[in-house]
Amino acid sequence: MPKDGGIGAATPRREDVRFLTGTGNYTDDINLRGQAYVYFLRSDVAHGRLNKVDTSAAEAMPGVLRVFTGEDFVEVGGIPCGWQVTDRFGQPMQEPRHPVLAHGKVRHVGDPIAAVVAETREQARDAAEAIELDIEELPAVVDMKAALVEGAPKVHDDLTSNLCYDWGFVEENKAAVDEAFQKAAHVTTLELVNNRLIANPMEPRVAVGDYNRATGDSTLYTTSQNPHVIRLLMGAFVLGIPEHKLRVVAPDVGGGFGSKIYHYAEEAFCTFAARALNRPVKWTSSRSEAFMSDAHGRDHVTKIELALDAENNFTALRTETYANMGAYLSTFAPSIPTWLHGTLMAGNYKTPLIYVNVKAVFTNTVPVDAYRGAGRPEATYQLERVIDKAARELGVDPIALRRQNFITEFPYATPVAVEYDTGDYHATMDKLEEIADLKGFAARRKESEAKGKLRGLGVNCYIEACGIAPSNLVGQLGARAGLYESATVRVNATGGITVMTGSHSHGQGHETSFAQVVADMIGIGADQVEIVHGDTANTPMGMGTYGSRSLAVGGSAMVRATEKIISKAKKIAAHLMEAAEGDIELKDGKFSVAGTDKSVAWGDVTLAAYVPHNYPLADLEPGLEETAFYDPSNFTYPSGAYACEVEVDPETGRVTIERFAAADDFGNIVNPMIVSGQVHGGIGQGIGQALLEGCAYDENGQLLTGSFMDYAMPRASDVPFFTVDHSCATPCTHNPLGVKGCGEAGAIGSPPAVVNAVVDALRSAGKDITHIDMPLTPARVWAAMQG
Amino acid sequence: MPEVSMTVNGKPAKGQVEGRTLLVEFLRESLGLTGTHVGCDSSQCGACVVHVNGRAVKSCTMFAAEAEGAEVRTIESMAEPDGTLHPIQAAFQAHHGLQCGFCTPGMVMSAAALLAENPKPSEAEIREYLEGNICRCTGYHNIVKAILAASGQDVSAIAAE
Amino acid sequence: MYAFEIDRPATLADAITALGAEEAQALGGGQTLIPALKQRLAAPARLVALSGVAEIKGIRTGADGALCIGGGTTHAEVAAGAGAYPALAALAARIGDPAVRNRGTIGGSLANNDPSACYPAAVLASGATVVTTNREIAADDFFEGMFTTTLEDGEIITEVRFPVPEKANYQKFEQPASRFALVGVFVAKYADGVRVAVTGASEDGVFRWSEAEAALSKDFAPGALEGLSLSGEGMISDLHGSGDYRAHLVAVMTRRAVAAAG
Repeated sequence: MPKDGGIGAATPRREDVRFLTGTGNYTDDINLRGQAYVYFLRSDVAHGRLNKVDTSAAEAMPGVLRVFTGEDFVEVGGIPCGWQVTDRFGQPMQEPRHPVLAHGKVRHVGDPIAAVVAETREQARDAAEAIELDIEELPAVVDMKAALVEGAPKVHDDLTSNLCYDWGFVEENKAAVDEAFQKAAHVTTLELVNNRLIANPMEPRVAVGDYNRATGDSTLYTTSQNPHVIRLLMGAFVLGIPEHKLRVVAPDVGGGFGSKIYHYAEEAFCTFAARALNRPVKWTSSRSEAFMSDAHGRDHVTKIELALDAENNFTALRTETYANMGAYLSTFAPSIPTWLHGTLMAGNYKTPLIYVNVKAVFTNTVPVDAYRGAGRPEATYQLERVIDKAARELGVDPIALRRQNFITEFPYATPVAVEYDTGDYHATMDKLEEIADLKGFAARRKESEAKGKLRGLGVNCYIEACGIAPSNLVGQLGARAGLYESATVRVNATGGITVMTGSHSHGQGHETSFAQVVADMIGIGADQVEIVHGDTANTPMGMGTYGSRSLAVGGSAMVRATEKIISKAKKIAAHLMEAAEGDIELKDGKFSVAGTDKSVAWGDVTLAAYVPHNYPLADLEPGLEETAFYDPSNFTYPSGAYACEVEVDPETGRVTIERFAAADDFGNIVNPMIVSGQVHGGIGQGIGQALLEGCAYDENGQLLTGSFMDYAMPRASDVPFFTVDHSCATPCTHNPLGVKGCGEAGAIGSPPAVVNAVVDALRSAGKDITHIDMPLTPARVWAAMQG
Repeated sequence: MPEVSMTVNGKPAKGQVEGRTLLVEFLRESLGLTGTHVGCDSSQCGACVVHVNGRAVKSCTMFAAEAEGAEVRTIESMAEPDGTLHPIQAAFQAHHGLQCGFCTPGMVMSAAALLAENPKPSEAEIREYLEGNICRCTGYHNIVKAILAASGQDVSAIAAE
Repeated sequence: MYAFEIDRPATLADAITALGAEEAQALGGGQTLIPALKQRLAAPARLVALSGVAEIKGIRTGADGALCIGGGTTHAEVAAGAGAYPALAALAARIGDPAVRNRGTIGGSLANNDPSACYPAAVLASGATVVTTNREIAADDFFEGMFTTTLEDGEIITEVRFPVPEKANYQKFEQPASRFALVGVFVAKYADGVRVAVTGASEDGVFRWSEAEAALSKDFAPGALEGLSLSGEGMISDLHGSGDYRAHLVAVMTRRAVAAAG
């Protein structure tokens, strides 16, 4: 049994109390004295030349402090991209300038043209309507393949084409892969779309810029998953503010799912305008604005081919993907369809030869970047769909086909450049078969049929790479940042501990789970440990929270810092007990001398550290505070097996999720309650992608899904209770906690299960359907059934 | 600007409002009750749900002027003055019915309205009642479970952690 | 939102006077109007809130046995209080969500005549009478296409009188995002015949499906609809479903409504 509040305990979350009582502190709850408001006038056309932006009438409107346009930002840096991908031919990707406010051209609906700062929100908006615009509308490119046709309108006039890069991986394997396909006994081909999604955390983005004329310091309060990254990108690349003069605070943040990783123009604007006007400047996104200004996710069009030998062993895999970048490169955009996608194409299988081609394309749409899972859901979906299709073509059981091809020996070096340290894919599949009661499916199908419904079962596996990431490796791959994490553990004189982490919690419960780790290591109550995050002024430089990295990387930094604390505390304890340092043991918050009954309490040692009267001052500094930066040596590789059962109403095409089970291997677990919650949430979003959500543009680049009226968010009635299990644990071998990360698994593993299940249901009615593109709306399923 | 007065969380509250001032703006900006959130502008997400005269209402879709003389209750009044959580709040914490916390005030207020109408709702009734409350974090699993538990029903059979 | 004044009259007479002002507009529950105002899609100078007018609230039984619902009655009040007309109460209980039902009113919904709203189907299928501050309007004359009715400026819906049918049922197939009706079919059987009204589907707003009415008037059973179908032509075609799909759903929902009506 885990100790109360220690590692492995389902400790209730401490942060819940403030969230449940309405006393959280979200960015929109922050109002500064003298604050002004900004309203962004956004383009309502997808592509156009800005012939005139006349702000004179707007400037004269009541309450207006100033109207800014792209002209004001000509001397200011553009919004930077944090990752440079090198193409198949060794050339760097095409990288367009991304101005804070549009200059010369607008490139997507929602591109900000002007910013009005006024005394009130409504005054700013009133004045924005008085801005005179002359926009010469240009033909828009929306479809990726059309965007690459010779002579297509160019999103960026100064680039050679709309192709950002043409990436091949592993380029050296291409010929061998092609040869394997020629020799294959069977080839299964599938063309599919990974639908464009909008993250839609429930808290819209907010930015409040502030400037202190006395000190020259700028502060930005923002809804961010990584305040230090924003400080670095905005300070160094956009506004030219050195980091010691810039503070970025991300207080309580209402969900992110990737969309709050990136540095956005509105953040830079509010910081810039606060200094220009010497007034705090606040922007609160409306949901409508969020739909056209938050980075979108996914949006891949893929052809995947799987080669098998006569014994149904996978012999090769080949994919061709078009990945939408949108109109500009968002912070991590180029890395998503490449390094977070191509490297996962082996999945759970020992396919010896793999070649992945990705063409990243600029279009007149909102920029696309990471959304929960980021590249890995796209990889998993195509792989698990093509395997399902292959099983049907070959007339074999889809689970058996998977099992036959599982990787079973670890560590395993894949042909796509990563090395899985641990895993047991048969174990998670065994567990899934048990918790999903797959044996009972046939009887349940009969019951559904008796009600006039079709029932289908979909099963799939997934693997992901998280715990992002070894800095030297990602540096070689084009990252313009390190991906370590940091922690400072400050032990106070009376024994309480303050941990300052570079990770950021926006729903993940770090304040609880991180405290469990430190408390467990020292043997004190978790209530003695406070976790501080989200403010660059009081936390060490960290890279923030995304890619299921916080416990694996941030937690490891915290463990390393705590180890340093314990090491120093033992020296102090040894001095106090006049014993040898090597004989000191720490257990349950007490230092004792091995083999004796001598002991000192944790609090005696911490007090001695700060009141060093009886203290080895010649050998040891007073105080008890340590910082560690942890840079992982490898990714972590959570994996699992998921099962979904659906019912389809054959008359309407409506799909309902009847059962959903997930068996995950996350390695060791600190708080099983939080882990289950993460999986539930991921499954909810995965079901959303599979059945409900799809961002759509018309051929002119108008956003058709611009609000919750047209973009279908999963509701409580769209999902059942989920059965989740994470008892199959093969601990990570290379981080001190043996943890793998759990934040994205649900969103990665669930879409193929749902689609496999729907296809299975329709085939049970004799329909020769092999694939339907997500989201599987009633209309699409019905249309597919009509043939 | 006209003045509006109402009772908020048992205390008289008044202030100047414009015709277009929404109840949620009055609560957040005039009264500083920032527990009530705004998550959309199409009256769908439910982060802004409060009780007006005992009934759940989207405070982003009601003008402050229309609450003249009304009894308004927000998330800030749910716990006891000594900090003891309301049974629904306690159940949300015990069953991990929240993650980022942004939709939570609306969820709790909707749940309270549901249990006032229907003290022992079924799972299906809970899911249907939450039609107008969107959560992006939890997949609703633990929210539904927490509401079942808050209504005194046994949730031990529901797949736990 | 653009700036406007807001009036809260306590009587119908005051409401009528207030609506006489330049660019004044009535505000029912606001559940559709307020989101539209937020998008600056409307710019009234004055909103006349009807929520304080007690005269137009409540449910009563008329002399002819009709169920009479005040125009200012909320969906929640109809759901709870229209027990004499169970299909109507059930319809009201599934409009929007609970918080929307606590504010939205039948009068507001009908005046707005959203092509995907539920109430127009009930009113049309029931052959209800819409009573306003000026006149009584038969359902067949009230709806004039998407977001358009025969109401004149300043005219307030004070009551809607529903003849109570022998049997009735409403089947709503929800649009997955908005949860409005992608297709909604209300079937009502009266002594003198059956009426079938369809919402959500047509580009012209709510309409009666006369072939189905004729067939069902002869034989009120799902089987009577065999072979009947509508064309997708003139049906709404959007991201959530083609015209053909909507036409197909109308037939399915009609059949189900008849079966459920018993």
